[in-house]
Amino acid sequence: MSKKLISLADCCVAFDGELVLDHINLYFNDSEFLTLLGPSGCGKTTTLRIIGGFLTPTSGEVLFDGVRINDIPPNLRQINTVFQRYALFPHLNVFENVAFGLRVPKTETVNGRKRKVKVPEEEIRERVLEMLEVVSLKGFENRRITELSGGQQQRVAIARALVNRPKVLLLDEPLGALDLRLRKDMQSELKRIQQQLGITFIYVTHDQEEALAMSDTIVVMDQGKIQQIGTPEDIYNEPKNAFVADFIGESNILDGVMHEDFVVEFFNRKFKCLDKGFAPMEPVDVVIRPEDIDIVPAEKGQLRGTVASVTFKGVHYDTIVDFKGFKWLIQTTDFHPEGETIGIILNPDDIHIMRKSQYSGMFGDYSSYSEEYDELEDVSLLEEDGEGGDEEE
Amino acid sequence: MKKNKRAIFAVPYVGWMALFVVTPIIMVVIYAFSTAGGGFTLENFMDMGTYASVFARSFWLALLATAICLLIGYPAAYFISKEGPRFQRIAMMLIMLPMWMNFLLRTYSWMSVLENNGLLNRFFAAIGLFDLINQVTGSSLAYFTMINTQGAVVLGMVYNYLPFMILPIYSVIEKMDNSLVEAARDLGAGPARVFRKVILPLSLPGVLSGVTMVFVPSVSTFAISRLLGGGTQMMLGDLIEQQFLGGAYNPHLGAAIALVMMVIVVACMVVMNHFGEGEEQAVML
Repeated sequence: MSKKLISLADCCVAFDGELVLDHINLYFNDSEFLTLLGPSGCGKTTTLRIIGGFLTPTSGEVLFDGVRINDIPPNLRQINTVFQRYALFPHLNVFENVAFGLRVPKTETVNGRKRKVKVPEEEIRERVLEMLEVVSLKGFENRRITELSGGQQQRVAIARALVNRPKVLLLDEPLGALDLRLRKDMQSELKRIQQQLGITFIYVTHDQEEALAMSDTIVVMDQGKIQQIGTPEDIYNEPKNAFVADFIGESNILDGVMHEDFVVEFFNRKFKCLDKGFAPMEPVDVVIRPEDIDIVPAEKGQLRGTVASVTFKGVHYDTIVDFKGFKWLIQTTDFHPEGETIGIILNPDDIHIMRKSQYSGMFGDYSSYSEEYDELEDVSLLEEDGEGGDEEE
Repeated sequence: MKKNKRAIFAVPYVGWMALFVVTPIIMVVIYAFSTAGGGFTLENFMDMGTYASVFARSFWLALLATAICLLIGYPAAYFISKEGPRFQRIAMMLIMLPMWMNFLLRTYSWMSVLENNGLLNRFFAAIGLFDLINQVTGSSLAYFTMINTQGAVVLGMVYNYLPFMILPIYSVIEKMDNSLVEAARDLGAGPARVFRKVILPLSLPGVLSGVTMVFVPSVSTFAISRLLGGGTQMMLGDLIEQQFLGGAYNPHLGAAIALVMMVIVVACMVVMNHFGEGEEQAVML
């Protein structure tokens, strides 16, 4: 049903000898919503710039509809981009910004002869107004860019890209500059536009919630490598390694040993699980999602621990529980005060087994749990942009 | 009332402006409309028709110098801004370097270059250029006449004022967000179209202030036209100077000429700024 529209075959990018993209193999299907997800510096923006034509891979091939496009400049690709900070033209009004791409004469080959063809003025007007309606900006065509709010500028940027009827739309953290409320609105808006027009969206973000909410396919990246490709459900429920488990949602990650198929041991206790195919006594990472854990009175629990801290989060409490020195995060709607001894029960389908990887032992302990990680993320994101600008040849 | 208290720091400047800028302008206006005896008159303006050719020459040469500065300065500013930061620093320093030397000294040195037996002519003679020409055409050329021509005056203006064209254009282009260029490319525009539709219109404020900063001093210069034009290329600056200090002493006429020149220059700037309206505010002198 769906076909491969763009493929990256063994793509590497190196800046000053440092590998930013490490042998990426990836394909993008027609009319899918694909998200490149990862922390800053993971190579997601670099991947997007390769597809857009702003960067040529150091090695490897970029294929569009089966044709190699490594050396095709961005203006000759059927791909449009919504830039991180919109990059709207400040000297043009909303209408002219959106019309910019349509006013570029296209080269057409008629009877073997090349000639420039312009889109007639009426058609330009029609298509611009139509697109402004799609992004709910009807009546704004004569406004100056500086008179628009962040959300409106965002919509102009989307309209400006989509009016050219590209086969692929690239979006580089397009919602990063908007406040939370507007972000949520724009998420469903983008999804709606994508479904309405039926074109491929390639979306770059470091926000896992955004990725889960919008995507058909998520590609999780770190250190220039693809960590996992899958549907949002796959990625969340069956993370491939500790990095993915930690990056997508909250996870408790423990060391365990697979005794045999469907039996894993951790905390000196055997648990039933749903995973198989490991070598006998193979060391593994065990992932347990904080919302899957049931708290019961201490005497009824499989494991017993002491509540170390409680934070009210609105819908639930983030309860940090100390099990023999290892701190777990448990999300529960019941309040358990600090110092209380509680028991927990783990069902077989709450336990996810992953093979050991280079990320083992780096994540999943909530001893120093705080929001710091999220904050760091936002700061380093800005730095990454600066780099992006310098890398332009 | 905090705001008003801080305003006290502006008093010295405002006082300075009132005393040394506004007052002289008022005095120029008064002088221009009065006779030696102190009565009101329009005669000073009537007399000015005699000097129409000086007006024309001044504006023509200033315009020429501005155009040449723009032609040289824009590409220079553009390509410098595309280079690495190290190159940019060095290039900017080289452009500013001549400005550290005295203006008159620089202009005098052009005299010794352009004179009939100056550096250039001696160089041409040394390589046998004149002999060659004389042989071919049968003339008896001993030097090129370069000094005391319009060309020399324009050269002096371009040489002295070129940095004032390059700097504002450079600073505008250098600050331009590169993602705008990428966005234009992304929307299908080739390099030429990107330049025409994005870079050029966005650098217009820099061009406007560059044009202003070259044109205004050019039109009123008297040192350059005196030294490199040798009195053959009288300009408004020379004319005004003559009325105040020279043999033709008539400060009332001088004030009238200065006033007319000011009005024309201001009118030009207003028209130009209007032309660039909608862009970022141009820096006006």
